[in-house]
Amino acid sequence: MSNKIDITLNVNGRPEALQLEPRVTLLDALREQLGLNGTKKGCDQGQCGACTVHIDGERVLACLTLAAQVEGREVTTIEGLSKPGQKAHPVQAAFLEQDAFQCGYCTPGQIMSAVSCIREGHAGSDEEIREYMSGNLCRCGAYPHIVAAVRQAAEAVQ
Amino acid sequence: MRDFTYQRPASLAEARNAAALPGAMLLAGGTTLLDLAKCGVAAPETVIDISHLPGLASIEVGLQGARIGALAKMSAVADNAGIIREFPAVSEALWQSASAQLRNMATIGGNLLQRTRCAYFRDPSGFPACNKRNPGSGCSALGGVTRNHAVLGASPSCIATNPGDLAVALVAFDAQVELGARTVALEDFLLTPGDHPERETDLRPGEIIATVSIPASVAARRSTYLKVRDRQSYEFAAASAAVGIEFEPDGRTIRDLRVALGGVATRPWRARNVEDALKGKVLEPDAVRRASLLAMEGAIAQADNHYKIELAPRVVARALLKTGELA
Repeated sequence: MSNKIDITLNVNGRPEALQLEPRVTLLDALREQLGLNGTKKGCDQGQCGACTVHIDGERVLACLTLAAQVEGREVTTIEGLSKPGQKAHPVQAAFLEQDAFQCGYCTPGQIMSAVSCIREGHAGSDEEIREYMSGNLCRCGAYPHIVAAVRQAAEAVQ
Repeated sequence: MRDFTYQRPASLAEARNAAALPGAMLLAGGTTLLDLAKCGVAAPETVIDISHLPGLASIEVGLQGARIGALAKMSAVADNAGIIREFPAVSEALWQSASAQLRNMATIGGNLLQRTRCAYFRDPSGFPACNKRNPGSGCSALGGVTRNHAVLGASPSCIATNPGDLAVALVAFDAQVELGARTVALEDFLLTPGDHPERETDLRPGEIIATVSIPASVAARRSTYLKVRDRQSYEFAAASAAVGIEFEPDGRTIRDLRVALGGVATRPWRARNVEDALKGKVLEPDAVRRASLLAMEGAIAQADNHYKIELAPRVVARALLKTGELA
């Protein structure tokens, strides 16, 4: 294809120069070009939440975002949540402690979403957590433990 | 997804010019456009990314009402203190829509232009016939699985439901869309299918929604959005109602009333017959339930959606009683 464009993405605090077709989603750019495959491709149509990342600190779906669209913005993926060698992010620690997963495929998206859910102030009760985490599906059905992990992390952060 | 060229206009005027060219489509939040491009429903040749345009995301709430920039995110409007105070139904419609991630992406302007969730519309390879996608090709939904299709405002050409929540609350409170040179009532801006289901809005080539305005009213201040669906969250409405009540000084007699329905019609459905039947009356359960039945005047069921004709008036009645604090 001759239609490639040059863009620079800021991912986890690092500038990344990329050459890609305009139709390439942020999700595919992260996984295929930058090797950041912690962000998962589930449904690829905005319904499952597995591809949740943060743009300028807010949770969004990487599968419905063009890479070109986020040039000039800050992208944070699960790989950027805690620095290598440092302690896990409190939400990551809570997911481990509460065993908030079975297969683990939805987990990076759940964690990125949970970090935002707490930051937004929408983790005040189990009911509120369920409402504001409803964009992250878990086919294993680990929801009770996910809610417990978000609640624990929310208490730890506050 | 077919490839396209990508442009970032520097101003609204530049965006309008670019958007007027054949094959061009606007990108704001991207939640509809990229979804439909992946389904094969949308195939833009040029994507005009307006998400970086400055000054179009403000939310102002004052004595006259609210002015919301078209690029304001659903989440920002849902959580805005002025909107929550003056237009609770608008905030409730928003936070009950989609998911937190989608609400952080999707814009108010884009939300009003979202396309139907009709499964036949969204599957061009499986169902080539769709008058909305391909005028004159027929309607695959007629005689198909119609559980989520419209009972009001449909035509022999199209029975697709308008899936929006926000638009229902906005239509109830007389919101307008500002398109640059002209301003249109949202209720007139969103069209019923008639013989031309491919025409969904009154948006003309080169026009872009710049601002959504909602006039202040006592009824909007005392309002509710009630959404009933197959699962409790992250789902489109089976039936929904936006209602607002202004009482006379006695606190019981209805002076002004607003009722609009979602999930049951081809566009957000203002039920003036329900409003008229209750204005001047005392709000009490029997009268409310009787009047709510009027909302389904003219309803036509398909094979699988009779339930909406029973459900929707109950949703209206419950919303009214809750808003009047009788339920």
